[in-house]
Amino acid sequence: MFISHNFEMDSFSQNPEFTIHSFFTFLDTSIMAVEFEGGVVIGADSRTTTGAYIANRVTDKLTPIHERIFCCRSGSAADTQAIADAVTYQLGFHSIELDEAPLVQTAASLFRDMCYRYREELMAGIIVAGWDPRRGGQVYTVPVGGMMTRQPVSVGGSGSSYIYGYVDSNYRAGMSKEECLKFTAEALTLAMERDGSSGGVVRLAVISEQGVERQVILGNQLPKFSTV
Amino acid sequence: MASVSVCQYHSGGFSFENCKRNALLEADINKLGFSSPAARKTGTTICGVVYKDGVVLGADTRATEGMVVADKNCSKIHYISPNIYCCGAGTAADTEMTTQIISSNLELHSLSTGRLPRVTTANRMLKQMLFRYQGYIGAALVLGGVDCNGPHLYSIYPHGSTDKLPYVTMGSGSLAAMAVFEDRYRPNMEEEEAKRLVRDAIAAGIFNDLGSGSNIDLCVITKGNVDYLRPHDMANKKGVREDKVYGRPVTGSYRYKHGTTGVLTKAVTPLNLEVVEESVQTMDTS
Repeated sequence: MFISHNFEMDSFSQNPEFTIHSFFTFLDTSIMAVEFEGGVVIGADSRTTTGAYIANRVTDKLTPIHERIFCCRSGSAADTQAIADAVTYQLGFHSIELDEAPLVQTAASLFRDMCYRYREELMAGIIVAGWDPRRGGQVYTVPVGGMMTRQPVSVGGSGSSYIYGYVDSNYRAGMSKEECLKFTAEALTLAMERDGSSGGVVRLAVISEQGVERQVILGNQLPKFSTV
Repeated sequence: MASVSVCQYHSGGFSFENCKRNALLEADINKLGFSSPAARKTGTTICGVVYKDGVVLGADTRATEGMVVADKNCSKIHYISPNIYCCGAGTAADTEMTTQIISSNLELHSLSTGRLPRVTTANRMLKQMLFRYQGYIGAALVLGGVDCNGPHLYSIYPHGSTDKLPYVTMGSGSLAAMAVFEDRYRPNMEEEEAKRLVRDAIAAGIFNDLGSGSNIDLCVITKGNVDYLRPHDMANKKGVREDKVYGRPVTGSYRYKHGTTGVLTKAVTPLNLEVVEESVQTMDTS
């Protein structure tokens, strides 16, 4: 998943002059979002890597874009932070102009416009999720390349490859909030177990008309599956 | 990533044409067998920790140019504003200039708002500038300070991503320093404990990483006060040449005393030289 532009990936231990800045910081990740009646549940792991070193083991990849709209970031840390900051500004301005809460679709469109226009330069896979008064809870996925589509459940990041089967077989329409939380936590745990670039803690958030509730599941509290 | 695109010249934004040219020149020079001059890097171990009353920043003081130490006592903790300081790792010129530019802009901003600048403002300015240059400015920074919202600590990477954490390390010695932090960090430490922790983390980098060395600088920032301790710990003081070894004087001079070599025989032969011809030539000194 590494794309080296003009840098050479120096061998970690051989080069005594090694400085970490010759690598990109990546959010190779597991992120997930699920719609339910009345809102959305979003979740992410907490690992940021530069090469084989974990630069931040408690990253918060669930970034608020507006009061009831969040985005889950995967890909290049610098690119996604810059995009999220830009969209936060644009959406805030738009919301003040309209004098009402912005739509989740608007936020997703802003992400899509930026990710598509600069698709050659950027490396960003983003899931936009939130609640608005018009259409309730929604999840939009904007993967690398700049496509945008609405999905009831969406997974992203390098760890997502390992849980497509689990998600496809365990998702049911019409789950409750608690069931969605359990589903997300278990799916992310499985992804973190198998993907080297995902790990740390599981951060969850529930976005609904009432607002945002955030929670953290620490490493030793993660759901346990059979160990081989 | 293959894409079908109509070749359009970008009208605005930074032009990276020279970077491509430099890469080609580098390849050509290497083919001829020469090597292009190495940029001076700061190798480095830098770190920061948030404690009860503020932040403690630490840095080593070695600057390297390839495999040679260019500066044995350089200063890596840069001033940003009276309440914000920034440690820099990576290319020495980049960290120096970047911190100076942001310091200048922040002072103007502070005069405009009439308030003491906030650490998050400095963070925003730094990350937006570094992202604009897409990582070509090789500056990895540890930014720390105390403002109206309390103590804050950020790590900023050359591509423009930032992390806000209670303890951070950067540079080639960052793994050694982080090992010390992960072992001994506690939230809400006292000042002395925090200073000892940062000192030990930098020492771990100095003694286990070839790119870091010399002394340990510390900067303790609290509300309304900054202690810039340079040097805080001279961990690698240059030795003094010994005057006596085993009681016998050892000096730098290689002159031996008269009588060191015993004289066995002495023969004097006078040479009778006659003056044959003598001529005087005057010099024209007008």
